Amino acid sequence: MNAVPASSASSASSATVVRPAIAAAGMSKSYGDTTVLDGIDLTVPEGTVFALLGPNGAGKTTTVQILSTLIAPTAGEARIAGHDLVREAGAVRSVIGVTGQFSAVDNLLTAEENLLLMADLHHLDRREGRRRATALLSRFELAESTAKPVATYSGGMRRKLDLAMTLMGRPRVIFLDEPTTGLDPRSRRIMWEIIRGLVVDDGVTILLTTQYLEEADQLADRIALLDHGRIVAEGTAEELKRRIPGGHVRLRFADAAQLARAASLFGSVATGHPDNLTLNVPSDGGITTLRAVLDTLDAASLGAEALTVHTPDLDDVFLALTGRPQLTSPPTSPLTSPKGQAR
Amino acid sequence: MTTVSYAARDSATMLRRNLKHALRYPSMTVSVVVMPVMMLLLFTCVYGRALGAGIAGGAAGSGTYIDYVAPGIVLMAATSGAVATAVSVCVDKTEGIVNRFRTMAVSRASFLTGHVVGSVLQTLACVAVVIGVALLLGFRPDATVVEWLAAAGLLTAVALALAWISAAIGLVARTPETASNIPMPLTFLPFIGSAIVPPDSMPAGLRWFAEYQPFTPVIETLRGLLTGTPIGDNGLIALAWCTALTLTGHFWARRAFAVEGRG
Repeated sequence: MNAVPASSASSASSATVVRPAIAAAGMSKSYGDTTVLDGIDLTVPEGTVFALLGPNGAGKTTTVQILSTLIAPTAGEARIAGHDLVREAGAVRSVIGVTGQFSAVDNLLTAEENLLLMADLHHLDRREGRRRATALLSRFELAESTAKPVATYSGGMRRKLDLAMTLMGRPRVIFLDEPTTGLDPRSRRIMWEIIRGLVVDDGVTILLTTQYLEEADQLADRIALLDHGRIVAEGTAEELKRRIPGGHVRLRFADAAQLARAASLFGSVATGHPDNLTLNVPSDGGITTLRAVLDTLDAASLGAEALTVHTPDLDDVFLALTGRPQLTSPPTSPLTSPKGQAR
Repeated sequence: MTTVSYAARDSATMLRRNLKHALRYPSMTVSVVVMPVMMLLLFTCVYGRALGAGIAGGAAGSGTYIDYVAPGIVLMAATSGAVATAVSVCVDKTEGIVNRFRTMAVSRASFLTGHVVGSVLQTLACVAVVIGVALLLGFRPDATVVEWLAAAGLLTAVALALAWISAAIGLVARTPETASNIPMPLTFLPFIGSAIVPPDSMPAGLRWFAEYQPFTPVIETLRGLLTGTPIGDNGLIALAWCTALTLTGHFWARRAFAVEGRG
């Protein structure tokens, strides 16, 4: 089920082969006896978004750290835009941009100074640096607070600035490590819009990691599910969801008699819970199936007291694909040290 | 542009960043200056008469006690910058900006070079302030222009050595708090040397330590250059120490920077 990197065998400079932006084969990382990554294969075509979905400790951050040249893999190899990760690290660094869950911004400088620092380090001439900085500040709606030091910024603003700094070098491949972890819902939506814009407007390739199925669903062309350092499933959001039986409609009835009648209507696919008078009917959460459920009830003149729609979430994915519940802590707050999650 | 000029340009960028920090948030720099100035006041205005009487006619030569103690305090000013450097390197590391630099096509050495050069410049500024205060308090060096230049060169060498050591400490320390504690012994070393009193007034074990630790030859050389006391082979020993510490700190820091992971 793991995609074999198309280029690993034929990476010679044949111009006819479409070169994937990211191609990794057998990538592993261990610290002593602890295996963090256990043979990851990835292929990400240019101009697409690829999501690595998994709980804390699955190896998401480690994957990003390896692919962004921060740490060396114990085994395996990878090419970014055709450059070998280890042998051509300098060339890789010149085409990538990284925004980690650590906000890698200079707190003592202003937003504009942070961007100009990046311009200097990318060896842009002064005018071009200012032009890009101004454009990014207005694009990310940071322009009104440029004069303040970054230390005073909210989490969402810091994350936007972090991404803007990454974009100063016009990277072709961008790594986003949990880009919305710790953000409030509104900031999360804004970040999603920005990420979509990067692909549509700038044509970049994005590899992002996330703990949220919804985020992967919203943003990614393809999703790989990472667990204990292995990719346990890979495909489009639709392909993955079809494999997840967790979605259902939950109906609650006034008494046991009504519950029993309803249960007989839906047959063996539905599971009744007499102790709390509820019936779970499998559903993809779509309007059509929901209407079908209500129609069935109406036809039998049965009225449910309450109805809740349960859509598949990461727990369901995990339960379905690994046979055990996801063993994670709640989403990390931005206050926790990224170190705790790094390995 | 060549690799070398890119490295120089990146280092200059990093240096500008650090100097901007220092100018905008001067509290660290100020505390680095205040400490040796307080020491100077303490050892001249408070203890000066007793200590001066105790070593009169000895190593203090013909001058007053301030002429003995000032070069030692000047050296302390050079060491106190070490803490600030270790902290600022560690803050950069823990805030993640070092990882950003490491994923960019930036000259690998530039981050450390920027910090070290910035540290040396700040240290020399502090040293200048402390020398100024010492002169106001009655320090009367008899150094010629050449001797002043030699003293400045020696202090630069000391500042460079300590800056590299501190940069390495900043990289290996897990938190900025640890980073500020580890170099403490460095700032304390001059006390168990010839900074305040001559080592031959100390008990045997301490005296042995005081005579052979790196700061004593530096202080003796500085004192000789500024006030004319005999230098002997202290000058060479001081330079050897500075070279050895610079190389150690440099390779330690470069290695710590290259080491994989966030640690």
